Amino acid sequence: MEFLKHQIEKVKPHFEKGGKWEKHYYSFEALETFLFAPATTNGIKGSQIRDAIDLKRLMMTVIIAMVPCLLFGIWNVGHQHFLATGQAAAGFGDKIWVGIVQVMPIVIVSYGVGLGIEFVFATFRRHPVNEGFLVTGMLIPLVMPPDIPLGQVALATAFAVIIGKEAFGGTGMNVMNVALTARAFLYFAYPTDISGSVWTYLGDAKAVAGYSGATPLSIAADAATTGTNVVTSLNSFGAGWNEGVFSFSNMFMGIMPGCIGETSTLMCLIGAFILIATGAGSWKVIVSVFGGAYAMGLLLNLIGGNAFVEMPAHYHLVIGGLAFGAVFMATDPVTASQTETGKWIYGILIGVFTVLIRVFNPAYPEGIMLAILLMNVFAPLIDYFVVSANKKRRLQRATV
Amino acid sequence: MGKFIRLKKGFTINLAGKAAPKVVETEQPETFVIKPTDFQGTYMPKPVVKEGDTVKAGTPLFHDKKHEQVLYTAPVSGEIVEIKRGEKRKLLEIKILADKKVEYATFNKYSVSDIANLPVADLKNQLLSSGVWPMIVQRPFGIVADPSVTPKAIHISAFDTHPLAPDFAVLYKGQDQFFQVGVDILKRLTSGAVHVNTHSTSEISTVFSQVKGAEVNKFSGPHPAGCVGVQIHHLDPINKGQVVWTISPAGVIQIGKLFLNGVYDASKLVALAGSEVKNPQYYKTYTGASVKKFLEGNLTQDHVRVISGNPLTGTAIGKDGHIGFYDQQISVLPEGDYAEFIGWITPGERKLSFHRAIGLFSFLSPGKERVVDTNTHGEPRAFVQTGIFEQVTPMDVLPTYLLKSILAEDIDEMEALGIYEVIEEDLALCEFVDVSKHKVQEILREGIELIQHS
Repeated sequence: MEFLKHQIEKVKPHFEKGGKWEKHYYSFEALETFLFAPATTNGIKGSQIRDAIDLKRLMMTVIIAMVPCLLFGIWNVGHQHFLATGQAAAGFGDKIWVGIVQVMPIVIVSYGVGLGIEFVFATFRRHPVNEGFLVTGMLIPLVMPPDIPLGQVALATAFAVIIGKEAFGGTGMNVMNVALTARAFLYFAYPTDISGSVWTYLGDAKAVAGYSGATPLSIAADAATTGTNVVTSLNSFGAGWNEGVFSFSNMFMGIMPGCIGETSTLMCLIGAFILIATGAGSWKVIVSVFGGAYAMGLLLNLIGGNAFVEMPAHYHLVIGGLAFGAVFMATDPVTASQTETGKWIYGILIGVFTVLIRVFNPAYPEGIMLAILLMNVFAPLIDYFVVSANKKRRLQRATV
Repeated sequence: MGKFIRLKKGFTINLAGKAAPKVVETEQPETFVIKPTDFQGTYMPKPVVKEGDTVKAGTPLFHDKKHEQVLYTAPVSGEIVEIKRGEKRKLLEIKILADKKVEYATFNKYSVSDIANLPVADLKNQLLSSGVWPMIVQRPFGIVADPSVTPKAIHISAFDTHPLAPDFAVLYKGQDQFFQVGVDILKRLTSGAVHVNTHSTSEISTVFSQVKGAEVNKFSGPHPAGCVGVQIHHLDPINKGQVVWTISPAGVIQIGKLFLNGVYDASKLVALAGSEVKNPQYYKTYTGASVKKFLEGNLTQDHVRVISGNPLTGTAIGKDGHIGFYDQQISVLPEGDYAEFIGWITPGERKLSFHRAIGLFSFLSPGKERVVDTNTHGEPRAFVQTGIFEQVTPMDVLPTYLLKSILAEDIDEMEALGIYEVIEEDLALCEFVDVSKHKVQEILREGIELIQHS
């Protein structure tokens, strides 16, 4: 350690003002502070002591909360692959291996491209490399289909980091969630690669007879037009090759085709527990997204109309990406509402809009992505009203 | 009757090395210093003594050009040995080489019954000319009170919740009579009430509980419950255009002594505390004392930071520095200038944190006394995490929005968001808990100065 510290001290002057690599200072700073927490002390005046937390630790906490989703996703990619190709007897190790081979390149591309752009921008824009991308870089793979071409991952990541974040001034200034921007980019740029039968990795193998790449959401949407009961359709799906894949309990566990990391409501809840216990994510947002979606589902049940509308409200919580979105996307502190009252409104509206988009939008079956992006845009407005209320209380007090 | 206010939000920083309730009278330090920089918002301090002059305790040293009637006087008698100036000849320090025995300048002496009949103008004159006046601090802005204003109330916080704070029962023991007279005089200066704000759980000294003619309020809750700004917010908040005065019990007692004894008595007890002090205890000395004598042979190691005041809002003064005008505490902490290998993730029960993020376990043992050094534990970053400042600010104020409005220099917005209600100490915890390591107190003072001079 002493040797490493010594080496860093030796090259440091070159990166400081007047040094020959002065413009790479922030890249150097990022690596240096990654190796050693800095030796800086607090100023002469003001707080002489500081809390042991820093942004790196906070971001690592969020990444750790995502690990259950990632590990489960790796296994599930392999599991679904073997089920769909008729090799249900495949061993645990084989499933993990297939999952790793399929998922890790996406993770590596996401981090490689994203961090590369971060460093370039840090050099030219003269701002510190922000730790925010450590989280974004993990979120992007988790919301990708397992079969996504790596080139598209790279392009989506680049688009999200440059247009979604750096154009606004970097971490802390962006309006929309960076990972969801990447996902939305893919959805609109390559619609065929991110919808339809892309949710199971088949590889070179041939799918079993009777295989269908339908998702619970598309089944529910179809049920609405044919008028069959959604729950019956879901339960009977997969007969012959993957019976019961869309039963409620199975969907809660997440053993079904879907994006790499977002199928399992259970894993998302574990993540939610970590985020809430460590205080890294706002429990108000998580609870209110689930609550808003459930309440909207109940309301639709009461109104009635078609089979999708009448789907039991609790199904909304386990199908699609609602749980993942609620736990990891909606809680992004930069793009969410920043006032405590605002967080409730923001979360509830995300839940409500998710269900509305699902049920009433024929073109796009999943609503959570667009609902969060929409509320990202409106979060400052919500905050505006909350802050105005605070100012008004102060003003009223003055005139009483 | 006073009010009882329960506060929930906040965070009490429990540091090792609190002063034992023992008062030591050692030989007095040789030098005493009055620093005009201790008084926020002084416009242009102008010395009225020269190097080589001899002064008595209570002899004027300087005044501010904007409020010439407010005199800043010598705490002890002796010879002026140095008038230190900084850039642009800004007055930084006036240093006095103290006499062995303090000689006092004489002021008018009154009996308790005389005081009740004294005109307010006379009361003010005596306070202004003696050097006691600067103990009265005005809100908004946290500056020395303007004598031409009549405040709507006067608030006295009778407890301190800062880390390593002195125990007021020790500091003010036996000063009941002076405190009472001080309160009587303050009552004449305000159109409203004098509030004495005490802590509900700790034993309240009779100095405060037996006081007559004041509203004795009770507060419960973690730090910053002891900050007078927080107390004012809950008792009688400051609105635009209103002025409130605050004063420490030490100031009230000085007022009492000034009128009953006819002298400017700047003697005070100072708590020497902190994990690096061998014998943390109280010392009897005077305002502006050099800390050198108290520290000699009393430190466990050499690589320390000596702070005048508490670790949250104090000023680093060095081992031969002098105590600030308002401070009653010297804190000595280990200096934190070390680099920790992957320190941003290494777990540690000993790392003190308000947060519960991965590897930070201090929340599991909140009652434990901790050793905290002066390391920043991270680098400055953009605002990312939200909702944390609100958890340590027991006021209906939105600190993040207030700070952003200051950074944007938007005066109307600062005003609407309540800048009149806060000074540095009220938001110091935000600076402590901030994930992005902003200099919250510095930013706030910039905002206050901006609005004060607009």
